[in-house]
Amino acid sequence: MPQLVDMRNIIKVYPNGVVANRDVNFSVERGEIHALVGENGAGKSTLMKIVYGLEQPTSGSIIFNGRPVKLQSPHQAIDFGIGMVHQNFMLIPSFTIAQNIVLGHEPVKGRLLDTKAAIRITEQLAQEYGLDVDPTAKVEATPVGMRQRVEILKTLYRGADLLILDEPTAVLTPQETDDLFDAVRRLVAQGKTVIFITHKLIEVKEISDRVTVMRHGEVTGRVQTAEVSEEDIARMMVGRDVLFRIEKPRQQRGEVVVQVKGLSYVSPTGRPLLRDVSFQIHRGEILGIAGVEGNGQTQLAEVLSGLQPPTTGEATIGGQSVLGRGPRHVRQAGVAHIPEDRLTNGVALEADIADNLVVDRYYRSPFARRGAMSLRQVRRHAEQLMQKFDIRAAGAEALMGSLSGGNMQKVIIAREFSADPVLLIAAQPTRGVDIGASEFVRRQLVEERNKGKAVLLISADLAELLTLADRIAVLYKGEIVALFRSRPDLSEEELGLYMLGLKRQLPEQRE
Amino acid sequence: MTFETVLASIFSAAFIATIIRASTPIILPAMGGLISELAGVINIALEGIMLTAAFFGVVVGALGPEWLPGLPVWVYPWLGALVGVLAGLILTLIIAFFHLELGADVILAALAINILASGGTVFIMFALTGDKGSTSTLASPAMPSIIIPFVGSIPVVGQIFNGENLTGYNIITYAAFLSVALVWLFLYRTRLGTHLRAVGENPVAAASVGIDVKRVQYIALLMSGFLAALGGINLSMGYLTLFQTNMTAGRGYIALAAVFLGNRNPLGTLIAALIFGAAGALEAQLGTLNIPSQLITMIPPIVTIAALVIYNVRRQAQMAANARKFQEKMESEHKVV
Repeated sequence: MPQLVDMRNIIKVYPNGVVANRDVNFSVERGEIHALVGENGAGKSTLMKIVYGLEQPTSGSIIFNGRPVKLQSPHQAIDFGIGMVHQNFMLIPSFTIAQNIVLGHEPVKGRLLDTKAAIRITEQLAQEYGLDVDPTAKVEATPVGMRQRVEILKTLYRGADLLILDEPTAVLTPQETDDLFDAVRRLVAQGKTVIFITHKLIEVKEISDRVTVMRHGEVTGRVQTAEVSEEDIARMMVGRDVLFRIEKPRQQRGEVVVQVKGLSYVSPTGRPLLRDVSFQIHRGEILGIAGVEGNGQTQLAEVLSGLQPPTTGEATIGGQSVLGRGPRHVRQAGVAHIPEDRLTNGVALEADIADNLVVDRYYRSPFARRGAMSLRQVRRHAEQLMQKFDIRAAGAEALMGSLSGGNMQKVIIAREFSADPVLLIAAQPTRGVDIGASEFVRRQLVEERNKGKAVLLISADLAELLTLADRIAVLYKGEIVALFRSRPDLSEEELGLYMLGLKRQLPEQRE
Repeated sequence: MTFETVLASIFSAAFIATIIRASTPIILPAMGGLISELAGVINIALEGIMLTAAFFGVVVGALGPEWLPGLPVWVYPWLGALVGVLAGLILTLIIAFFHLELGADVILAALAINILASGGTVFIMFALTGDKGSTSTLASPAMPSIIIPFVGSIPVVGQIFNGENLTGYNIITYAAFLSVALVWLFLYRTRLGTHLRAVGENPVAAASVGIDVKRVQYIALLMSGFLAALGGINLSMGYLTLFQTNMTAGRGYIALAAVFLGNRNPLGTLIAALIFGAAGALEAQLGTLNIPSQLITMIPPIVTIAALVIYNVRRQAQMAANARKFQEKMESEHKVV
């Protein structure tokens, strides 16, 4: 088959000296689904930004459709028929779906917008490619799966022949993922070409024809998907054998230490985001929370960590009521929190590692004496934790912003675990963290559980929940609709039915 | 004047006319503020731009016959207004350049412009007239007024449509009310307006579909500068016919308050601007009573604060009501179970 894109000897050096691509050769054939895999920082995003005109290569050439091209901007890439569906959706929340799809190329009647034409175009496209959307719904009120279809339709409206999907399944349920895969296959059947960026290897096997693997800015493998196993791909990605299984000894369940009763939270705009949530966590137990993004997980973590007061309900830790008096009170009662959005709520990017490690304890001995901070103690503390948690950085005074995602997460984990909590809330602890660091984080969570801590694990990664959690609760529209004891026959698909609201347990069925 | 006559004058058609006059120099910058806010580059230099435009309008309008003799008399106020608007646009361009090209904070850049305008106008005024207080020594013209025919003889209606003395409203007052409709049309019914709102809400997303974010923000800032400048011209060549030191008296900031009080849309902003205008009109009426003037000049800012407090209290009450409704619903559902 003829090659649609052929990138040759691409080298990309960023102004700060980081080499993102070292002599990369990458090609995609017309009509194929090509998976591009690699850990965070492997250079796959940079490579795709170059194809999409967002970055210019330091050297190397791009041949598109048989002709050498220079892509200076996304605008040009779009003109060549290249479309990209970004991981963070590029949508305007207050606009309707039709408005979002035509944004930048709106149909006009005279000098004014032709709203009806926009709706008609959206309906036609949706029908042609079997991507169901509601043209007049506002994006902010639509579920994640639909937003993704909007993104795909957006690229198709702009005439894309080559679609780049950047980790499209990260936010989807298994059912939505199946729908997406169906849609991708339909697109290819209609003559489109798809580049599929992911680090879920099971998806690589399921959807792609060929796969290119990257590590440290280089291509380490280019194979026909059918000829390799997941383990082979993982080895190319990480450069060593990867343990997919995590040792998890039988649960030594202790007494109930966390009691959450009737927790509700209504947003400032009046939307109920948590509805009468009640559960218990025992010592030595990991309670997993599953759910499609935006079904109350974020609010649950924020309320329990004291960042938001609940509208109704209460939570007790070891019998002591903790909510409503702010995060410090909650922390002092023994709650630690690994926040979902680590860049905003987890670390101070402009401060150094040592300071980030004491933000929850700087006011206590031995760090504070008569109101003055002991910098020596802060430094010693940082060095100990950096060693214990294998934080790789130039030193304790390295700025947080200079660390990789994985090391940043290790700093947060070091701080939260060393607080010796009763309850540990971990929200999406491995999101955006590479395979090696994810392994570390997961092992640490299990170790905390084995030490007798209560862990609340909120994760969009169902495989992770099924591996780590002792019980799994499913949140749907802010409500717990199911509570399972973890067992081998509990499948992702089964959880998915509850996550989508297609099934719900009766109260007496909860385990 | 006695208290009764003041009271009578407040509840009269003439007072509505006063509100319309007093609102004009708030509505125009408020529309400008709205556009810049929706584009994500809030222009807090409305105050300085108004002041500068007001000053250059008067100076060129008054000294025009000296500098460019021989033109028809009606040309000079228009020439003044043109130069005033240009001066406002130049200041806006400076903010836009510092923010969009050099990466300066848009608030700081605008703050600098406000300080420059408040000192700079007095400095040039002193150089030209030898007076630091006002340009009362210059014979400055006003922009023309428009009288709507036929309605003058109708009581009340005539006063509302043509002002308390039936002399008509300044042309810029008409421009102010027209601007509300045009801004609405622009924001919600044109491509550029849609792009502008997209840029303000999610600039990365806007850029990803090929919208030139910088260009849109330049345009938004210049539009805000233009509208604020018109408001300034109205102050010195309509509302009054001279320039006084710092004569904007915070209207540029009140206009920004109107944008947020009006929930960041044209109609709401207009209503908020009218409320602030009414407060200003009240200030003028009560000024004739024997009350310390300091107390009276506090009315507009107090109304601003009160309006913002009421707005937030109502919002919180709304939230509490929602929470209560939700809780009741939960409880009734539980009874069923």
